[in-house]
Amino acid sequence: MTTPGGAVSAGAPLVGRGKRRRSRLAMREARDGYLFIAPWLLGFVLFTAGPMLASAVLALMRYNLFSPPVWVGLANIKKLVSDDIVWLSLWNTAYYTFLSVPLRLIASLVLALLCVQKIRFTAWFRTFFYLPSVTPAVAMAIVWFWILNPDVGLANTVLRAIGLPPSKWIWDPKTSKSTFVLMQMWTAGGNTMVIFLAGLQNIPQSLYEAAQIDGASGWAQFKNVTVPMLSPVILFNLVMGIIGSFQVFTGAFLMTAGGPANSTLFSVLYMYRLAFEQFEMGYASAFAWLLFLVILVFTLLQLRMSESWVYYEGG
Amino acid sequence: MATLSRLPRSAQATAAHGGQHPPASYYIKRALLYLGMISLSIVFMVPMAWMLSTSLKLQGQVFAHPPIWIPRPIMWYNYVEVLTVAPILRWLGNTCVVTVAATLGTIISASMVGFGFARLRFPGRGALFALLLATMMLPHIVTQIPTFIMFKYLNWHDTFLPLIVPSFFGGGAYNIFLVRQFYLTIPTDFDDAARIDGCSTFRIFWQVMLPLSRPDLATVAIFGFMAHWNDFLAPLIYINSFDKLTVTLGLSRFRGEYGTTAWHLLMAASVVAVIPCIAIFFFAQEHFVQGIQMTGMKG
Repeated sequence: MTTPGGAVSAGAPLVGRGKRRRSRLAMREARDGYLFIAPWLLGFVLFTAGPMLASAVLALMRYNLFSPPVWVGLANIKKLVSDDIVWLSLWNTAYYTFLSVPLRLIASLVLALLCVQKIRFTAWFRTFFYLPSVTPAVAMAIVWFWILNPDVGLANTVLRAIGLPPSKWIWDPKTSKSTFVLMQMWTAGGNTMVIFLAGLQNIPQSLYEAAQIDGASGWAQFKNVTVPMLSPVILFNLVMGIIGSFQVFTGAFLMTAGGPANSTLFSVLYMYRLAFEQFEMGYASAFAWLLFLVILVFTLLQLRMSESWVYYEGG
Repeated sequence: MATLSRLPRSAQATAAHGGQHPPASYYIKRALLYLGMISLSIVFMVPMAWMLSTSLKLQGQVFAHPPIWIPRPIMWYNYVEVLTVAPILRWLGNTCVVTVAATLGTIISASMVGFGFARLRFPGRGALFALLLATMMLPHIVTQIPTFIMFKYLNWHDTFLPLIVPSFFGGGAYNIFLVRQFYLTIPTDFDDAARIDGCSTFRIFWQVMLPLSRPDLATVAIFGFMAHWNDFLAPLIYINSFDKLTVTLGLSRFRGEYGTTAWHLLMAASVVAVIPCIAIFFFAQEHFVQGIQMTGMKG
């Protein structure tokens, strides 16, 4: 991404340089600037900073929406630490994230590389791969629920037809999380692929030509040209993928309701239950903050580690 | 041809080989490539094809073994039936209201904020823009509960307002970023000329910048449309009344009632919910890749 800031402070020296007219213009421009970004600034206070602060305060209270909130201090946090379901849901979420994000990144990169090959109909193939990403997750969850049905579903019919043992998919704690990993490759893979495609198109063709003149093989070109040039995009997909996966919800909410044996009880699903089914707003806020901090740590870790492998042009 | 995007296609492979016939290994490679692409396409399209196929079956054929792909007779009547047993048209209407209003809010506010960040100089601009980018990485879960409580105190529960109003406050960091990147590509001569003519900033925005950025705003509109049409969690939290459900939420309720018995009707309802998305996608697909390319995602 572009470095935020850049030539930003350029406006400041204009002010107070003695030239009255110039400074008045700069003042007016600054006023207009604040006016134009006001919607976002207001939204940031109303829907981001304010609620985050409120959430931190709520985490120290007991509040069920109907009676006034009661200050409980660190009680919610103590409860979090000893709540086995909290840790189970974090484990489920982490398991899902660390399996699904790398797999999806690799699969999407392969799809994107296939889509830039010089063959016909690539535009159609791209469309086919991308289409599941633009359809409502609810409809997709419903059709997958039907396909994965162990007795009459299409998935097991196909497995039996080619002589493989049928699976219980989301109805077996041993395979339920992996099944969600497979499904998200199908539903979200196209989205990641399109971002990779955009990145691939930004790589100058001359780099490949130079590599070919040096006699680099296809794999060497991929390793030494494609990957470094694509590394900022890989980082973007990695960071956004981890943030998104940690908040996985809809599929599990609709298909398994967290089961079987809580094996797909992901964190946001548990938080949803605490907040909107049991109305434990304080405890749910404490849990939300815990999840937020977990995501933050992983994001910062990624950004930190990226310094060693992401290549920025001209940087 | 209606295809995902119009990318510059390099010289045809045959041209690279001049007049000579390429070696046999070249044909084998290409055949494998096509085979791989076609099988992958099938894998990606089968669930949707199965949904469509099931939606047109007699109830008795739904569980047929081996599976029937082309139903006979084709039960178009399933669609009539599903519209009579559930207020799907009503839900579609609700979704349209929410989606159109929220997308409008996204376009208006994102283009304003993007313009401000791209074209106007003011103290603190760099820091504020960094903050904006940082919010892109912020998981929404932490703000959800207080926002829910706030809307409850505003008596907005079970109305469309919680689904619409937040879009008028910037329309999301990603969209602002997208618009700003676009405005940065327009030469400043345009604003300077207008300013010398005595144009106010607002007129520059309204009469110079907005008309220039129409294709970019189309991209934002499509992203906004998809996000709001497909949204599930927000309607789930805020909407209760049966006649106010959005189509995704309605679909999940409908499934609760018919999910185990009437798969053909449930699939018909799903097709109805999916079709507007696919239609919009085919209608405007070049904007997708353009929009993603616009952000650059470079160093």
